[in-house]
Amino acid sequence: MESSELKRSKDSPNSDESAGLSSFPDEVLERVLSLLKSHRDRSFVSLVCKDWYNAERWSRTHVFIGNCYSVSPEIVARRFPNIRSVTLKGKPRFSDFNLVPQNWGADIHAWLVVFAAKYPFLEELRLKRMAISDESLALLAVAFPNFKALSLLSCDGFSTNGLAAIATNCKNLTELDIQENGIDDKGGSWLGCFPESFTSLEVLNFANLTSDINFDALERLVGRCKSMRVLKLNRSISLEQLQRLLVNAPQLAELGTGSFSQELTFRQYKELECTLSNRKNMHTLSGLWEAKGIYLPALYPACTNLTFLNLSYAALQSSELAKLLAHCPRLKRLWVLDTVQDKGLEAIGLNCPLLEELRVFPDDPFGEEIVHGVTEAGFVAVSYGCPRLHYVLYFCQQMTNAAVATVVQNCPDFTHFRLCIMNPGQPDYLTNEPMDEAFGAVVKTCTKLQRLSVSGLLTDLTFEYIGRYAKNLETLSVAFAGSSDWGMQCVLGGCPKLRKLEIRDCPFGNAALLSGLEKYESMRSLWMSACKVTMNGCRLLAREMPRLNVEVMKEDGSDDSQADKVYVYRSIAGPRRDAPPSVLTL
Amino acid sequence: MVAMERRVNYENDLNLKATELRLGLPGSDEPERQSTPSIRNNKRTSSEISEELRSKSSSGVKQAGNDDHQDDAPPTKAQVVGWPPIRSYRKNYLQNKKNEAEGAGMYVKVSVDGAPYLRKIDLKIYRSYPELLKALENMFKLTIGAYIERKGYNGSDYAPTYEDKDGDWMLVGDIPWEMFISSCKRLRIIQGSEARGLGYV
Repeated sequence: MESSELKRSKDSPNSDESAGLSSFPDEVLERVLSLLKSHRDRSFVSLVCKDWYNAERWSRTHVFIGNCYSVSPEIVARRFPNIRSVTLKGKPRFSDFNLVPQNWGADIHAWLVVFAAKYPFLEELRLKRMAISDESLALLAVAFPNFKALSLLSCDGFSTNGLAAIATNCKNLTELDIQENGIDDKGGSWLGCFPESFTSLEVLNFANLTSDINFDALERLVGRCKSMRVLKLNRSISLEQLQRLLVNAPQLAELGTGSFSQELTFRQYKELECTLSNRKNMHTLSGLWEAKGIYLPALYPACTNLTFLNLSYAALQSSELAKLLAHCPRLKRLWVLDTVQDKGLEAIGLNCPLLEELRVFPDDPFGEEIVHGVTEAGFVAVSYGCPRLHYVLYFCQQMTNAAVATVVQNCPDFTHFRLCIMNPGQPDYLTNEPMDEAFGAVVKTCTKLQRLSVSGLLTDLTFEYIGRYAKNLETLSVAFAGSSDWGMQCVLGGCPKLRKLEIRDCPFGNAALLSGLEKYESMRSLWMSACKVTMNGCRLLAREMPRLNVEVMKEDGSDDSQADKVYVYRSIAGPRRDAPPSVLTL
Repeated sequence: MVAMERRVNYENDLNLKATELRLGLPGSDEPERQSTPSIRNNKRTSSEISEELRSKSSSGVKQAGNDDHQDDAPPTKAQVVGWPPIRSYRKNYLQNKKNEAEGAGMYVKVSVDGAPYLRKIDLKIYRSYPELLKALENMFKLTIGAYIERKGYNGSDYAPTYEDKDGDWMLVGDIPWEMFISSCKRLRIIQGSEARGLGYV
C-alpha cells in the first residue's frame, strides 16, 4: 500500500516534469517514506535516484541485518543516521546444532560500541545467534537512556548477571525477551534488580531460564507493571504462584504458564479456573512444562480466543490434547510434542479448521528401540482437516512418498515445508524407494514455497525437481542427501530467489560449489559441511569472487586438503578480522 | 546400542566370536538386537551413504573415543553430531528429562480385599498421589477419599497400603511421591475395620 502511495506521488501532475527532477521538498519525501516499514520496499526506494536514496536513509528508523558480517557497524551508522531499532543475526543456522565452533564470532560488542557513539537514542535491539558477554549487556544497560526492548534468541556468552545489569539500569524498559539462549543461569536474583519505581514493563519472557526466581520480587513487579501484556514464566513457577500472578494481570495477551504442576486442593483448583476464565484478550499460550492432565481443564475457558498454542514442552497424550483442542476453535498456530501421536494429530484435523501452522517436535529423538511418535498417517490426517496449513515442521521416524503427495494435494499453499525423517537417509518405509517423489510433489504443487527442508533417502532427482519447480524458494536445508554434484548444480542453476543454502553430509564437491559462482552474490550465504569440497576449490572460489567471504573451518586431525566446513557469504565489509584460528578466511 | 554395534563389528571383521568368552550355555546365542525392521533396514541403507561420506571426512560422526571399531559402525541417531536438527536448548531439556525419568515402567501388583483377582499398574505414568488414587478408584470402582496428614484416609471404607523395600506394609501418602515410587513393591487396598483402624497413628 505504501508503494502505491509513492507511485501516486511520483506520477502526480503537480511534479515539475520539465525539470526532470521531483520538486518535492525533502521533508515531504522523507515524511512519505517514513511510512514505509518493509525493508525490502525501502531497498527498492533507495535505488530510484540520489534524492530518494538520501530521503530514505534519513527517514529509516529500523535496520535489519541478516548477516552481521555482511556489513560493518561503521558503514551502517554512516548510511543511516536515525536508527532507533536494530535487528541483527549472527552465526550460521547450523550453529544451533553444534556444527559451528564455540568461539566462531558474531560478537555484538563492536556493534554496541559504535551504536553508543552514533545512536545514543537507540530503543530496540533484537539479536539472533550472536555472542554477547555480560560486559556487553552492562554497556547496553548504561549507554542508551531511552532503551526499551531487548530480545535475545539463540544467543550465548552471557549470564544472569548481564540480565541484572539490564534490570537495574534500563529505566524505560518495555520488553525483555530471553529465549532459548546458551545462558549461564546463576540464579534468579536478577529479577529483583528492577527498582520499585519501575513500572514500564510490557513484555517479560524468561521461560527458558532454569533457576528458581525470587517470587516475591516477581509478584511485586507484575503487580506494578499495569501495561504488562506478555508474561512467560519458567518451570520454577508452580500453579499456586501462577494463580497469584494472574490475579494481578487480567489483561495478558500472551501467557507462558510455568510448570503448571503442583498438587492443588479442590478449592485452589477452582480459584485457578476462575482466574483463567473470561480471558478474552489472551491469544497466545505456552509453557505447561509439567502439565498434568487433570488440571488442564482449568485452561479451557482461557482458550476461546487463542490463536497460538505452544505445547512443545508439554508431554501430552492424544486424549488430553483432543479435549484441550475442543476449546480452541480459533487456533492458527499449534506446536506439539510427538507424544500426542497420530491420534492427537487426528484430533487436530478435527478441531482446528483454521490452522495455518503446525510444528511437531520429537519427545525422544535419540531413542533407538521403539518406533514411537508420529507417522505419515498423522500428517495426512491433519492435512484433511486443515486446508489452510501453510507452515509445517514435522519430525517423524517414518514417511512415504504417497503420504506427502496427499498432504500437499490437500494443502497446496505451503510456504514453509520442513520435514525431518529422523533416521538419516531413510527411504519410503513401505516401498523402500527414495523420497524423491515426495519432495517432487511438494515443489510441483506448492508454487508459493519459500522454505524447504528435505530428509530421507534422496537422489539427484529431488534436486532436479527443486531446480525446475521451486521458483519462489528462498531457503533450502539439505542433509545426508543427493548422489552427485549434479544435484547441487540443479538447485544453483534453477532457483532464482535462493538466498540461503545449507548443506551437510552430502556428496557435493568442487564442481557443484563452483557452479554457483555467479549466484552467491545474490544470496545471503552458503553453508557446506562434511561434503566433498576441497581447499583448492574454496581457494578458487575466493579468488574468482572477491566480494564474497569464503571461510573454512578445519576439524582437528582431518586431511589438509579437505574443506570440512565451508561458509560463504557476500559482504561489503571485506574479510572479517575477528575470526578464531580454526577459521580460515581465503 | 553403541556396545552392540561394536560387537557386530567384531563378528564381521575379526571373527572373534568363536573365541569370545561369555556367560551362558554353548550354542545359546544372545539374539542380535533387532529393532523393528524399518529401522534396521534403513540403518544399513544410511550406512552405505555414510560409509562413502565418512571415508573422506570425519566431521559427520562423533567419535566417543579413538576406537577404530567405531569408525566402521553406521552412525546411529545418537552418534551423529547435530542430528536430528534440534536446538541445544531443547536437546538439553529432553536429556535432563530423560535422566530424571530413567528406567522402564514400574509395574506393581494391586490387590483389593474381596476382589477375585489382582491388577497391575505402572506407577511411572502418574505424577502425584491424587492421580494414583483416582486411577485406583476408577480401576476398582471404589472410593478411597482424601489423604489427611497424620490422620490417614477419612470418609471411606478403604485405605491404600503398600509394601516397601523392607517388606513392611505402609500407608500410602506419608512420604514424598518420588520416594514412594522408588520404594513401593506392591499395593494393597484394605477394607473395613482394618482400614478404619489406620486412622490412628
